[in-house]
Amino acid sequence: MTPGPGGATVRAWPPSGTPDMQLTQVLSYALRRLLQAVPVVILIMVGTFLLLKLAPGDTVDALVGDMGGADAAYIARLRAEYGLDQPVWVQLGRYMAKLIQFDFGWSFVYEQPVAAILWERLGTTLMLMGTSLSLAFSIGVGLGAIAARRAYSLTDNAISTLGLIFYATPSFFLSLMMILLFSVKLGWLPVSGLSDVAAFYTGWDHVLDVALHLIMPTAALSLIYLSFYLRLMRASVLEVADLDFVRTARAKGAGETRLMIHHIMRNALLPVVTLLGLQFSTVLGGSVVVETIFALPGLGQLAYQSVIQRDMNMLMGIIFLCAIIVVIVNFLTDLLYARLDSRIALK
Amino acid sequence: MTAATTDLPRAEPAPAVALWRRFARNRAALLGLVLFGAVLVMAATAGLIEPTDPLRRAGDPLTKPFTDWAVPLGTDQLGRDILAQLFHGARISLLVGVLATLLSIAIGVVVGALAGFFGGWVDDVLMRVTEAFQTIPNFVLLLALVAILGSSIEYITLAIAIVSWTAPARMVRAEFLSLRSREFVDAARNLGVSNGALIFREILPNALPPVIVYASVIMALSILLESALAFLGLGDPNHASWGNMIGQGRAVLRTDWYCAVIPGIAIVLTVLSFSLLGEGLNDALNPRQKKQ
Repeated sequence: MTPGPGGATVRAWPPSGTPDMQLTQVLSYALRRLLQAVPVVILIMVGTFLLLKLAPGDTVDALVGDMGGADAAYIARLRAEYGLDQPVWVQLGRYMAKLIQFDFGWSFVYEQPVAAILWERLGTTLMLMGTSLSLAFSIGVGLGAIAARRAYSLTDNAISTLGLIFYATPSFFLSLMMILLFSVKLGWLPVSGLSDVAAFYTGWDHVLDVALHLIMPTAALSLIYLSFYLRLMRASVLEVADLDFVRTARAKGAGETRLMIHHIMRNALLPVVTLLGLQFSTVLGGSVVVETIFALPGLGQLAYQSVIQRDMNMLMGIIFLCAIIVVIVNFLTDLLYARLDSRIALK
Repeated sequence: MTAATTDLPRAEPAPAVALWRRFARNRAALLGLVLFGAVLVMAATAGLIEPTDPLRRAGDPLTKPFTDWAVPLGTDQLGRDILAQLFHGARISLLVGVLATLLSIAIGVVVGALAGFFGGWVDDVLMRVTEAFQTIPNFVLLLALVAILGSSIEYITLAIAIVSWTAPARMVRAEFLSLRSREFVDAARNLGVSNGALIFREILPNALPPVIVYASVIMALSILLESALAFLGLGDPNHASWGNMIGQGRAVLRTDWYCAVIPGIAIVLTVLSFSLLGEGLNDALNPRQKKQ
């Protein structure tokens, strides 16, 4: 490494450092980014507390409603017991201390701690997110690259038009149309749920059953969000393909395939990876609608049910848990980004 | 006859005319304009199609489309006229879309301008708040806000604005960061122009064009968010809404799929029109960006 102009360190290419050094740099960069997330998480804690306070009714109201009414003295004693007679600052402090331990309070709908329900539901949502995002990302990147390489041709127009149409289609409408076609008309796929409860499948039959149930929700989510990656990848490839280093590589006799994979794609992917992190929270929000339509027992469906049943503790628990998931995913995309773009580690 | 031989250059067209010519060269953008015009006409003439209440019973339940000319697009399971709901739904979609977009851009401009102009701790605090809003999945936050505020159309618009101001805020901040050290800003500051005037009269007009193009995206997203809420039955029950029509149509999807398909196509075409308009506007405003 040599000190560059302005005191910034500039790394020579190819990197002269050992792989270990590179790894520590990437890690320290990612850790710095993770530390930046701490104030954001604290802000979200304060935000959920404010939302809870804004919502009509509190824990004691729910409790008393559950019991079918109680006299004023008893209600006052309950309020004191739950700390609801304390100043707002004290309540906020206690609330945050609980949140850090993933204690989201009691759900009066399920008669269980909120956290227990959330852990039960987390797996389904993560599975749905994982499969749909990887599909959307890989297909979007692939189609975007193809469209850019044949810019303004018939192929490009077809791909771009499809992307635009899926971008404009609400996820619930796409889901209903898929149900209409594949379940109602053709009878190929199950309409709802995560598995066929009556069938009692075990082993691979169970896996296959779950996979069949997940096809439509996954397709609905990935088709909608695919267009984001497609459009960005297309623009990004077009931009990178015009840069000097690509011309140099071509002049040195690099074949089109090698040019595309080694020179263009690697650089064009950077903004798309950033979008993957940024988009994650949007996709997580989109799963509310899709999980509700297909009756998948995940966090999204739970969020919808909590609104209907006015289970505010549950809803705030979901918001906080989702925020933590988004922070973790952003951390992972930062790692990936630092791995792809070796300049970033030094910033 | 001799006009062709004169060497005099033609007069430069007015900027608006030049912009229109560049816009009109793009056929997709023109299609967007036509679709948008159609939605506008639907919203404007909704009162002619159904002057009293689009949610009243207009005919026999589940009349198929094109069978009864009193209700050209048929009726849903409650006997409500689909055409009338479609036209009144256009009103609600546009109303929510436009107001939520204006509101979210207003919030975004204030936050982004303050953060970008002052920098330092103001920037730090405002950006952490922006990131907090971006970290919470926007639809989940929207659900929470609607659960707390209630489902009236005003609160839904407000809630949509609250979940969508972050992107314009980031854009405005980036523009301010690059503009605030430009010479014209220094010159104005040396002339004793106040911070407020610097922000709103000097820098903001230069920072707005990308945000105006992005408004088409926010508009499209707002319409999608409103329709998703209405689809889940969390919209304003007193107004006809495309999302709500699809939600109701879901119950009769097996037999009378047109109840869900007709409003669905309306949403797709409306959102598509904003995307096409936005892209056309972007190309027309930055002609060099597009490589032919």
